[in-house]
Amino acid sequence: MTIPLRLTLNGQPREIALDDPRVTLLDLLRERLGLTGAKKGCDRGQCGACTVLVDGRRINSCLTLAASLDGAEVLTIEGLAEGDRLHPVQAAFIAHDGFQCGFCTPGQIMSAVGLIREGHAGTDPERIREGMSGNLCRCGAYAGILDAVQDAAARTEHREDAA
Amino acid sequence: MRRFDYIRPASVPEALAAGQVPGTAFLAAGTNLVDLMKGGVATPERIVDITRLPGLSAIERLPDGTTRVGALVRNSDLAYDPAFAKAYPMVAEALLAGASAQLRNAATVGGNLMQRTRCQYFTDAVSPCNKRAPGSGCAALGHATRIHAVQGWSEHCIATHPSDFCVPLAALDAVVEIAGPDGAREVPLTAFHLLPGDHPERETDLRQAELITALRLPPEAASFRGHARYLKVRDRTSYAFAVVSAAAALTLEAGGRIGQARLALGGLALKPWRVAEAEAALAGQAPVPEAFAKAADAALAGAKPTGEANAFKIELARRVAIRALTQAAAGTPARIPALPASPFGIV
Amino acid sequence: MTATSTPASNLPAGAIRHGSSIGQPLTRRDGPLKVTGQARFSADNLPPGTLHAALCVARIAKGRVTGLDVAAAEAHPGVVAVMTPQNAPALAKDPDAKDGPFTFRLDLLQNDTVRYANQPIAVVIAETLEAATEGARLLAPTYAAETPRIGLDSGAVFTPDSVGVGAPPVEIDGDVEAGLAAASKTIAATYETPAQYHNAMEPHAAVASWDGNRLTLHMPTQALAMSQGRLAGLFGISPDDIHIESPYLGGGFGSKGVPAGPQVLACMAAKLVGKPVKLVPTRSQMYGPMGHRGPTRQTIRLGADAAGKLTALDHHIRTASSSFDDFFEPAGRATSTLYASPAIAIRHEAVRLDTGTPLFMRAPGEATGSVALESALDEMAFALGMDPLEFRLANYAEVEPITGKPFSSKALRDCYRRGAEAFGWAGRPLQPRQTRDRDGFLVGTGMGTATFPALIFEGMARAEIRADGTGTVELGAIDMGQGSWTALAQIAADGLGIGMDALTFRMGSSDLPNAGIAGGSGHTATAGGAIHAAAGDVIRQLADLATNDPASPLYGAGNAGVTAAGGRLARRDDPSRSEAIADILRRAGRASIEGQGKAGADPAAQASYAMHAHGAVFAEVKVDPELGQIRVSRLTGAFAAGRVINPRLVQSQYYGGMIWGLSFALHERAEMDPRTGRFLNDNLAEYHVPVNADVPALEAILVHEDDAVVNALGVKGVGEIGITGTVGAIANAVWHATGVRVREMPITLDKLLG
Repeated sequence: MTIPLRLTLNGQPREIALDDPRVTLLDLLRERLGLTGAKKGCDRGQCGACTVLVDGRRINSCLTLAASLDGAEVLTIEGLAEGDRLHPVQAAFIAHDGFQCGFCTPGQIMSAVGLIREGHAGTDPERIREGMSGNLCRCGAYAGILDAVQDAAARTEHREDAA
Repeated sequence: MRRFDYIRPASVPEALAAGQVPGTAFLAAGTNLVDLMKGGVATPERIVDITRLPGLSAIERLPDGTTRVGALVRNSDLAYDPAFAKAYPMVAEALLAGASAQLRNAATVGGNLMQRTRCQYFTDAVSPCNKRAPGSGCAALGHATRIHAVQGWSEHCIATHPSDFCVPLAALDAVVEIAGPDGAREVPLTAFHLLPGDHPERETDLRQAELITALRLPPEAASFRGHARYLKVRDRTSYAFAVVSAAAALTLEAGGRIGQARLALGGLALKPWRVAEAEAALAGQAPVPEAFAKAADAALAGAKPTGEANAFKIELARRVAIRALTQAAAGTPARIPALPASPFGIV
Repeated sequence: MTATSTPASNLPAGAIRHGSSIGQPLTRRDGPLKVTGQARFSADNLPPGTLHAALCVARIAKGRVTGLDVAAAEAHPGVVAVMTPQNAPALAKDPDAKDGPFTFRLDLLQNDTVRYANQPIAVVIAETLEAATEGARLLAPTYAAETPRIGLDSGAVFTPDSVGVGAPPVEIDGDVEAGLAAASKTIAATYETPAQYHNAMEPHAAVASWDGNRLTLHMPTQALAMSQGRLAGLFGISPDDIHIESPYLGGGFGSKGVPAGPQVLACMAAKLVGKPVKLVPTRSQMYGPMGHRGPTRQTIRLGADAAGKLTALDHHIRTASSSFDDFFEPAGRATSTLYASPAIAIRHEAVRLDTGTPLFMRAPGEATGSVALESALDEMAFALGMDPLEFRLANYAEVEPITGKPFSSKALRDCYRRGAEAFGWAGRPLQPRQTRDRDGFLVGTGMGTATFPALIFEGMARAEIRADGTGTVELGAIDMGQGSWTALAQIAADGLGIGMDALTFRMGSSDLPNAGIAGGSGHTATAGGAIHAAAGDVIRQLADLATNDPASPLYGAGNAGVTAAGGRLARRDDPSRSEAIADILRRAGRASIEGQGKAGADPAAQASYAMHAHGAVFAEVKVDPELGQIRVSRLTGAFAAGRVINPRLVQSQYYGGMIWGLSFALHERAEMDPRTGRFLNDNLAEYHVPVNADVPALEAILVHEDDAVVNALGVKGVGEIGITGTVGAIANAVWHATGVRVREMPITLDKLLG
């Protein structure tokens, strides 16, 4: 059973003939489309390493059946930078050492982008910590992650004020 | 994951028709169903994908003051809906105390009502479990853990319901709207989830091919807006299921006495635990610790641990109930949700 | 894309240092790849024609597999093969054969025996991941199950031959009983630590392909050459015919030091089907065949005189290994190095359980032992009416206890002082349950001493400098998050006397010189030492050319020696006389010069000195007085670990260790059903590690410490020490907040309800 699937993936329209309805968005990205930025840490919605944006909202791609996303817009870590210019969240993760091994990082960054878009946390450290709690980091880079998200959130706010 | 046929209906009637085939499961976001399918706990042969069925995603305020929430409204959208959060602050708090931001962005109102227990012996797909494999026994009985029930359990099942959202909904007399092949019907949320009794395999009042279409909060539910809190105690500050939780709501009369009270507890049973006597004990009383303690005692009446590991939950639940009532009496915080919905919540 | 050089705002004052690459708080050189999703972890590889494999694992802990429905799995569309003991490719060596302390027995489908829950019992190979996964489920194994031994009271107690890697199980110095008898105060207390699982975010993936008898493997490993050796033995091929790519590890923490069974199974599966195979275990399948931190029950008896000097220190440990292999958590190790006492006795005993074999897990031994030791010290300080820090200072070890060796360096007093100052320790009430914050939460503070040995392993590196002024350094080093891609490159650049931008740095592949094990907090010393030596070899050759060449400004500087910096060699005694490296090579008609270097332990120094990193950790916790919920509100650590190569990365390592300490104290515990030996929480929803909201404001102070003895670079390890003081500090702070002494980790709210 082939399921036709139309996605806007990192800004590009894609038509995909899905060979199996069991395929999750994460496995579609990683095993069929070669986009291996989103990571599989638990495959059960318990770690956040697979976080991507669907229609602008952060979700766990491991628990999302790809078939259910016909017509959706998907943004992954590969689509975040503009050419060689890093997204402010990406740059802030480097500047604040918001990662060690880097495995959870694509999920952390996509989650942070989602958090900033949601607009409920601002630069309040407690609300950022809470809002980023769906992304486990076993290396323990949480201090840097907090700093990075605060920094990027402030820059984003500043940019919006200016605009 | 078992192979399944994937069907994407275009309307509710189409979905209901598709749902009549035995072995069919409705898929909303899948945050619970897909997880259970990966674990081999749920093995549907057909998936009817209702994720984007039209007409089930609205939050409506009806003329009589009822709020009607479509079954496919996402948890985060509901929690951050300003009018909803203002009218039912403890529901917003409970929603945002559940899972993670990513899961809340996906999970739906209807799906939350349908989520299955986290009992390890249910989710491991192999242990004897009367819920998963009727008649096979209850492996949890001999080794109950901190997540197991202390209220409403039977010798056939000691599981608990993991939802945060359902706890304040039960307290507020929410009503579940259901569409089915035989037409529409509605069930009070307090009657929607079933205690295990002799048939733990029957988890909800929902029948084959029926679909939750909406959730209704009756007009009086908003009368608690000024004095309502959800308090969740858990083993991690965030992203953890409740050990025990409480939704407490009061109306205070001009003299400062309690008019009406609502109290429901989570983490204790297979459904939100709401005891009429506990609420009655508060009506007309001054909002003082003694009154809250009496109500808490009534809410925990008959509680019985299922093992050494969960005996503490009875006293903890008592204290959580008292604290939640105390916080409710103090008034709903100006900024909702207070984060996190824990004892360390920032108001 | 280039990394920004903006320093993080939270870097310690004075962290930025100029004039060399070493000491600079450079951002991670692998950062741009990691923040864009381009860093290719093992499971991100998918060579053409790759098949997907899924494990079927045992759901009993002891017994036999009596049936597998292979036909059902094979009938599933897309399934290519089912690998069971019946058809698994023969191995050249029994995977239960032991040939060294780092060889662990593996379950590789050799028979139908089940030794622990989640042991692999079959592998399904299919065209898609979905088909392989469902094929594995369809195998629906049946078993003849036996009652497993679970828990430290199961089975016969014995004294192991050694603990950790070759450490003595029993160490005795002086007469503990006499010391206790002579004491004016004694305490005795028993502490328990549970089994814990590494839970690196990246599973132990393997993508294996065979070309005849040559194996190419994408696999995260903390030890490339050791992995090659293990696989070579099992498959009966030369290590040179095994190519392992391991450029990035998604965390290791000790669990990726040796190949895990499932990674070898991927190689066997690829052999079976004659195609590349990718096998990524599920999270729950990592609870068993990948090692864990063994559980402990520790009894500490202390005696002290009226002045607060220890008269006896007795540490008794019971731990557990598996039924079939040996790894015994060396929980007494820290006790032999930390506090002065005229009598010290350390005894390990063990039982055998039907679990997977325990393994090194971040600060193996020191982490578990430190919980008991630092808690007991706190209990004794209170019994004596002494401030816990004063009590530790009163028992400061000027030389290493038991061995009597001097320390190569030990700035622990500075750590105590600076940590206490930054934290605001002074004036802390001795009595517990004295303080509440404005919200009514109980507030308590506690401290603990941190310690970890400064280890070094054998390692090699190759370096080259070229006539265009650029250089290359390469070695099989590993970055599992500690920052090797950056810190080792800094050492390389300084070693060759060139800037980072002129350096090509390669690591993470088994084709490169063996850089030893990335473990034991010894990788910077080992790999960095090898780089230092290799670069030194290059500079020596360059200097020979220049100082013997009358045309060079360096002519005749042989005795004075030269230094290399900024792409030039300069006379050590007269830096104004210098020459560009490129000019030296050009005049000598050389396109390049290559050097080799080695690092390893110096037996003479080890015989003469005790070498350890030290630190002091201070914690503040808040506890809800009625509900028992705990939150760590502040953590301050001050650590002295020799020379700091990159303060930004070192700070992150300390933070990570401190968060692991928090996790140990409040969260982690693997639970099993004692009746079946099955896990109750082999997942990340219920096996808790801290989330962002659990982690408070952290402070890590980098205390200056010079060490001319420890190794060529003067570095000690920083990866593990952060856990060691932190667990005790938090446990002590919880007691101080509540008056309740919890001796069973983790400290959960039910234990504080009263």
